[in-house]
Amino acid sequence: MGFLQAYKMAVKSIRSNKVRSFLTMLGVIIGVGSVIAAVGFAQGSTKSITDTIQGMGTNLIQISITGRNSNRNVTYEDLAAFAAENSEEITAVAPQVNAAMTVKHGTKNTETSINGTSPEYETIRNVHVQAGRFLLQLDVDYMQKVAVLGTAVVNELFEDADPIGQSVKINGQVFKVVGILEEKENGQTDSQDDQVIIPVTVAQRLGRATVIRNFAVQAATPEAVDSVMSKLNSFLEKIYKDTSTFRVFNQAQMLSTLNNVTGTMTVVLAGIAAISLIVGGIGIMNIMLVSVTERTREIGIRKAIGAKKRNIMVQFLIEAVIVTGIGGLLGVAVGVSVIRFVIGIMDIVPEVYSIPWILLSFGISLIIGVLFGLFPAYKAASMNPIEALRAE
Amino acid sequence: MQQVLMKVENVSKSYQMGEVSVNALQNADFELYEGEFVVILGPSGSGKSTLLNIMGGMDLPTEGRILVKDEEITGYNDRKLTAYRREKVGFVFQFYNLMANLTARENVELATEICKGALNIDDVMAEVGLGDRKDYFPSQMSGGEQQRVAIARAVAKNPLLLLCDEPTGALDFQTGILILELLHKINKTFNKTVVIITHNMAIGDMGDRVIKMRSGKIVEIKVNQNPIPPERIEW
Repeated sequence: MGFLQAYKMAVKSIRSNKVRSFLTMLGVIIGVGSVIAAVGFAQGSTKSITDTIQGMGTNLIQISITGRNSNRNVTYEDLAAFAAENSEEITAVAPQVNAAMTVKHGTKNTETSINGTSPEYETIRNVHVQAGRFLLQLDVDYMQKVAVLGTAVVNELFEDADPIGQSVKINGQVFKVVGILEEKENGQTDSQDDQVIIPVTVAQRLGRATVIRNFAVQAATPEAVDSVMSKLNSFLEKIYKDTSTFRVFNQAQMLSTLNNVTGTMTVVLAGIAAISLIVGGIGIMNIMLVSVTERTREIGIRKAIGAKKRNIMVQFLIEAVIVTGIGGLLGVAVGVSVIRFVIGIMDIVPEVYSIPWILLSFGISLIIGVLFGLFPAYKAASMNPIEALRAE
Repeated sequence: MQQVLMKVENVSKSYQMGEVSVNALQNADFELYEGEFVVILGPSGSGKSTLLNIMGGMDLPTEGRILVKDEEITGYNDRKLTAYRREKVGFVFQFYNLMANLTARENVELATEICKGALNIDDVMAEVGLGDRKDYFPSQMSGGEQQRVAIARAVAKNPLLLLCDEPTGALDFQTGILILELLHKINKTFNKTVVIITHNMAIGDMGDRVIKMRSGKIVEIKVNQNPIPPERIEW
């Protein structure tokens, strides 16, 4: 029997049992759909966090002073001198003093993150102004009360008015707005757009912080990052005599830690979804066995007129593969729709469509069709024609 | 002298039913000639279906052997028996045994697609009088028409031997006669050996030879000097 004939018979049998065929497919549809949606969600979360980290600037190394030292602390000047010594590897150093404070304009106010730093911050953290100017060294040296606003803060306080040249109050002190940052995350609150940048010296006074605990260092090239980190470590160790009082870390470490977490998350989610795919496969085997029993007589006729074992196996296998194949395609549609309309509209994570995972889950559905179709098909092909013909 | 198509040599078949052994067929011994029309007559339980199944390669005897054109089919394995059924034998059953979800033509195709040297489907369907019913499904046809499809399916493979198990058993008298006429025509025009098994004594009159069976044994083989044409049979 030709392949085409087997295909035709399989299609006819599927079409003559539409509801049953659909219910059989449902297992595969849900399985494939949930694999794709789960992986889409996991990869969307990964992308969202990765984007945030990469948005922080390239070749970034963070120094964080966690402990206290009775003798002396590292200062911005120390690090600037260190950077100058290693200028071929270090392009810039910026201090960071962070605090959450209330910013006011007229009758409106908003709680935001105040970030005291220096002009170098612009290149290190890859933040640029879309209007006005960034901080100048003069602002830092002369403790000018100037502020660069993120778009989230602008949206909260100014609505349609142009904020540049206007004044805002931070913790009761009057600051002049000199610039607006470029938007990074749609101006949402609690994002990178929700911050106010002021000179580090002003921030220290405002927050009564005598010691600067955070610094951002930019390495000249990605390859220099490791060497700069080890030099920084030994430099800081000399000052603090204790490695537990400070921490030097970079984006790559953060990313790799994160990738471990999200990689595990992807596998766990996909694993749970894959179980439903297997359950779907068992459903197919179950229905195919029923179908074999139901068509015992038909199998008997075909064996009587001389159909080979292989002919009969092929027919039932094709039927199983068609059911899982259509189910797989519908599952892809369901999975993509879930990403597009559920994850996309809830807007928690970006929409990510992983083509390899889509192909993989569709491929697995076909394999499941073959594997779980094999036993019923074999059972059908091994029937004795006389007994099969006697069946009612 | 007629050519021998099939030699049935001392064939017996017994089934084990629990602890009892049932002898369905005992020492059947006869020959089939090419182009012959043979009627195997016997009441139900006389072993005629068992004999037919063994002759058609659907079952193996417990004793004895069958030679088709000097080749012993009773020694065949499963695969070779399937090939024998596919190439050499056409079956016609009492209850037509058509695929309900295939059209008349597709039912015939089902058989011709798998065998070599098949006849043209459209010619065969015209021959059995279904030239204009090819795209009907079994449920849209009368019993007689369905049996014609089954005959077309068996004949289209161009087999050596047509084995018919109670072909008129499910049909009314008139339709049954038409089917017998068709089988008779196929026997004469295609020169095919046709074997009919039936319990209907009247059909015996149209056979070139009649093999009578009772309780698993052949009790008489009668040669009809003047077989009656099927249109003159009555029951």
